[in-house]
Amino acid sequence: MENKGLFLDRGIITMIIILCVIPFLLQNSFHYEIAIMCMLNAVICIGLNMLVGYTGQISLGHGAFAGLGAYVAVILSTTYEFDPVLSILIASVVLAIMAYFISKPILKLEGHYLAMGTLAVGIIISIILTNEDQLTGGPDGMGVSEFNILGYVFENDIQWYVLSAMFLVFSIWALQNVVHSPFGRILRCIRDSETAAKAIGADVPYYKTYVFVISVVIATVAGSLYSYYTGFISPEESGFMRSIELIVMIVFGGLGRIYGAVIGAIIITALPQFLTFLHDYEHMVFGAIIIFVMIFMPKGIVSIFDVLKYEKKKEIKKANS
Amino acid sequence: MSLLKVDGICKSFGGLKAVNDISFEVEEGTIHALIGPNGAGKTTLVNMISGIYSVDVGDIYFNDEKITNVPTHKLVNKHIMRTFQNLEICENMTVMENILLGFNIYMNKNLLKCSFQFESILDDEDKYRHIALSHLKRVGIEEHAYTLCSDLSYGILKKVEIVRALAINPKLLLLDEPVAGLNGTETSEIAEIIKEIAAEGVTILLIEHDMKMIMNISDHITVINFGEKLAEGSPEQISSNPEVIKAYLGEGSLHE
Repeated sequence: MENKGLFLDRGIITMIIILCVIPFLLQNSFHYEIAIMCMLNAVICIGLNMLVGYTGQISLGHGAFAGLGAYVAVILSTTYEFDPVLSILIASVVLAIMAYFISKPILKLEGHYLAMGTLAVGIIISIILTNEDQLTGGPDGMGVSEFNILGYVFENDIQWYVLSAMFLVFSIWALQNVVHSPFGRILRCIRDSETAAKAIGADVPYYKTYVFVISVVIATVAGSLYSYYTGFISPEESGFMRSIELIVMIVFGGLGRIYGAVIGAIIITALPQFLTFLHDYEHMVFGAIIIFVMIFMPKGIVSIFDVLKYEKKKEIKKANS
Repeated sequence: MSLLKVDGICKSFGGLKAVNDISFEVEEGTIHALIGPNGAGKTTLVNMISGIYSVDVGDIYFNDEKITNVPTHKLVNKHIMRTFQNLEICENMTVMENILLGFNIYMNKNLLKCSFQFESILDDEDKYRHIALSHLKRVGIEEHAYTLCSDLSYGILKKVEIVRALAINPKLLLLDEPVAGLNGTETSEIAEIIKEIAAEGVTILLIEHDMKMIMNISDHITVINFGEKLAEGSPEQISSNPEVIKAYLGEGSLHE
């Protein structure tokens, strides 16, 4: 069957070009680490955005899910010497099943209550990861086996960069397709009006669960890859702050916008590194930047593009009249 | 044969009996109006028929099939569709997207196929976009097809909701106050649309306050007051029924 879906639009092509240029600007291993962290965070945010931005169901537990998924994969491959790719697959299945059972009761909650429910689940997961030290290494974390795909070992930064970039581009492309498909339309309908979604024949709990599970699986895969890349994992990555950070990324970038999640993830991940020259004032400036963006661009950074488009339209109208 | 049969249904909210032992039948192919003063229980009744509220006592039959307490999203497969008194439109989506949602039950929603944009998905999309456009033309709002709903007026959105309901190809259409808050021109436009839909064989259960429109277009009227059925009959019978005039219109007459 012919697949028209391979068509790439301007956004994706721009993204690919940018991702190809960036390696020339990266000078050392530390730069690569930030770039890779940005991209993997962006992938988690794309999944989370599907849940929060498009379906309107908030989750304050995704940091914990990503961390737990990573732990499952890492423990399987390090302690039990499974193949890393197989470990990630098993971790995805395990987390998917877990997310399914968690979502059944929790997605009956709405709004603030859902936020609290997911927050609680996240904190529980994080406590378990910290305390089960014979399995997880406790608060000190644990070392991680090397990563290979069918024997091809990933050992240098460039390989990881390419893998993450491919993963990111694929996620953006897939989400973009989903959003404008019948499936994505139902998700957006649930966000705007659950009653309308029911009235047109959509089984609302089914879709909510579906998206929740998908976003947890995406977080698992991206989280595991990041642990394999750094060669180390600790419960800190599954903590409360991590979940909040992920939500901040998508809100900062623009809720319910594909590139919003990506840009938000990149800025929130990379900005603190650029602010290190401020030493003690770093966090203050970082906070101030977030506050200013939220005051002047409540719809997120990507709303800049909307304004530019609008101005352009106005100019064209003026020129015509 | 009656298409919809409501048989002695009751609904209480705490101590309040919103609907108390109401029975009526809606004949196929007619416009059946449901009227009553504010708070009479009309919307509660429609919410029960459309599965949004559960029914405490009594049964509802559609085509002789029991549909009591069937969830809303499953009723759509039986081609029962409704609109809402307070618009339930997706504001952040375009009119076209809202209408396409109406075709939901006919479309393939496989996530894998959607994310890889299989040809079948895109073909479906084209096909239904085409049908949606013809529906929009019919009610005269095709120029707004690609406008965001949040940028449109109330009157147009009311039409969008009716078109979305039509997309499903309904056998029974429940219209909850389709002209509430609209001006005279818009009201008569919507009345025309409703008549046209009915002429095509769609059975309509209409809740409305606009008496002129009710008397104009409906074939049969059921009056309810304080959750109980007060009267039933043709528009002529209802407008001359002293009970109805007293309860619903006060001590005056309809033809003042």
